[in-house]
Amino acid sequence: MFDVAHIAKLARLGLSQEDEKKFAKDLTAILDFIDKLKEVDVEGVEPTLQAAGLNSVMRRDEGIKRQEESRKKLLANAPEAKDDYIKVKAVFGE
Amino acid sequence: MELKNLTISQVRNGLKNKEFTAKELVKSFLAHIEKEDEKVHAYLSTTEKLALEQAEKVDAKIAAGLEIGPLEGVPCAIKDNIMVEGEKCTAASKIMANYVAPYDATVIRKLKSAGVIFLGKTNMDEFAMGSSTENSAYGPTRNPNDLERVPGGSSGGSAAAVAADECVFSLGSDTGGSIRHPASFCGVVGFKPTYGAVSRCGVMAMASSLDQIGPLAKNVADCKAVFDVIKGKDPRDATSTNFPAAKNHEPKTNDLRIGLPKEYFAKGLDPEVEKSVKAAIGKLTALGAKIKEISLLHSEYALACYYILMASEVSANLARFDGIKYGVSAISDKQSAPSDLLDVYLKSRQHGFGDEVRRRVMLGTYSLSSGYYDAYYLRAQKVRTKIADDFKKAFAEVDLIMTPVAPTTAFKIGEKIDDPVTMYLSDIYTVPVNLAGVPALSMPCGKAGKLPVGLQIIGPHFSEELIFQVAQTIEDAMRS
Repeated sequence: MFDVAHIAKLARLGLSQEDEKKFAKDLTAILDFIDKLKEVDVEGVEPTLQAAGLNSVMRRDEGIKRQEESRKKLLANAPEAKDDYIKVKAVFGE
Repeated sequence: MELKNLTISQVRNGLKNKEFTAKELVKSFLAHIEKEDEKVHAYLSTTEKLALEQAEKVDAKIAAGLEIGPLEGVPCAIKDNIMVEGEKCTAASKIMANYVAPYDATVIRKLKSAGVIFLGKTNMDEFAMGSSTENSAYGPTRNPNDLERVPGGSSGGSAAAVAADECVFSLGSDTGGSIRHPASFCGVVGFKPTYGAVSRCGVMAMASSLDQIGPLAKNVADCKAVFDVIKGKDPRDATSTNFPAAKNHEPKTNDLRIGLPKEYFAKGLDPEVEKSVKAAIGKLTALGAKIKEISLLHSEYALACYYILMASEVSANLARFDGIKYGVSAISDKQSAPSDLLDVYLKSRQHGFGDEVRRRVMLGTYSLSSGYYDAYYLRAQKVRTKIADDFKKAFAEVDLIMTPVAPTTAFKIGEKIDDPVTMYLSDIYTVPVNLAGVPALSMPCGKAGKLPVGLQIIGPHFSEELIFQVAQTIEDAMRS
């Protein structure tokens, strides 16, 4: 059985008790459907790791210098900002 | 002249011959949207100010006697998961309700350079997750052919906007069929390019190894014209690739080999849909094309494979919507202020994401979690290899593969919304294409009752020229 509360916590998703019931039912049905994959013989098959057939695309290891204006646009989208910083809740407890 | 019905070449001729100005054209479209979109709800927002400014530039160029490009002055609509600088970009999610794009997506930069005019942003399933556009946080789009029915998903707004003459063309995104499926339901042409052929920079990522941007338009030529502008390698998208040089000998219709996969013409396919699709293919055989029955052996596993891989990538990509950097956040909620950082994440995502998004994030988190990774994610990546190999083998025998786009025509609003697995089955014919990364086009091929039916034309990697050529032949044959 699908432990919705545990997975939701891993996914950083808040759920109400009602949500938990609904998603448990949906996800169980989806997983039953997905179980079909166990029928496929994948012995010795390489996984697809890159869809475009590309290999180790590199760029110069340099940061992008932001202009004042572009910084302002990014900060304007932050829920809470102070000076030139995004404000967050304390990360460490007391 | 009805300005709203125009195709790209008609817009260009009209502007060049001074039958109308770009500004008149934009105003005519905005007036039509105002009237029509109350019923259809193809748009989430219009970008009137931007459109009028762009139109003035085009008019000034024409007044100065300068030559205009093929897409110059053509009004279009953009799916709301693609960023247009200075305009709202919500991906039809509550969590992005107040987000203003700080830069242009590469496809938008390219269209702007080509002189294209932006009328607005179109409705979609939230973060492109769905097959009906009912998962929009801002209410569903309705199918212009029958307002009781869905337009398909997730680019339903982009398809409906073209079908309702609310723009000349639009851009959509296709992760598991999200351009082709609504194109088929609405009766327009939609194209999903080869994976990597179009840059995804500035597009909100859903499942990065599957997502591809492409055009929806009134005819094949318009689709091709837009694709030609937006394609190409982009240094800002490391997965984008340049087109290899075109092959010299493209097969003509009379020696074209078309594969019909037997797994696609099987149980579950509506007989009316099958009849329309086969009739369109018949137009080609009448011109000398040869039909061959082929097998895409692992087709029946494609949907399950897709749901694991897509959901896994979704769970990773959507981790960025955490209520900290942008979007609606629980941190500003004065009623139930979050107690700590974790609480900000939990509450922001609980209230910001709709049900389908949360289902997929959890499914993906589960598939990637310790103890399940090998059984689900890794196994699915191996099955993906087998599905891609099926296509490779098929294209050794045939030039193109033709199939229906969806097993049925547009279904009714509300009909499948409470049953995720049944809803997922709508994409059964489109999903394998994304897993293999090959290009495919959806074009109208007749009607079942009053509802449009779509034909899907699938080609090998980078065979877009051939796909467009053959689609054009079918379009011409159907008109005559």
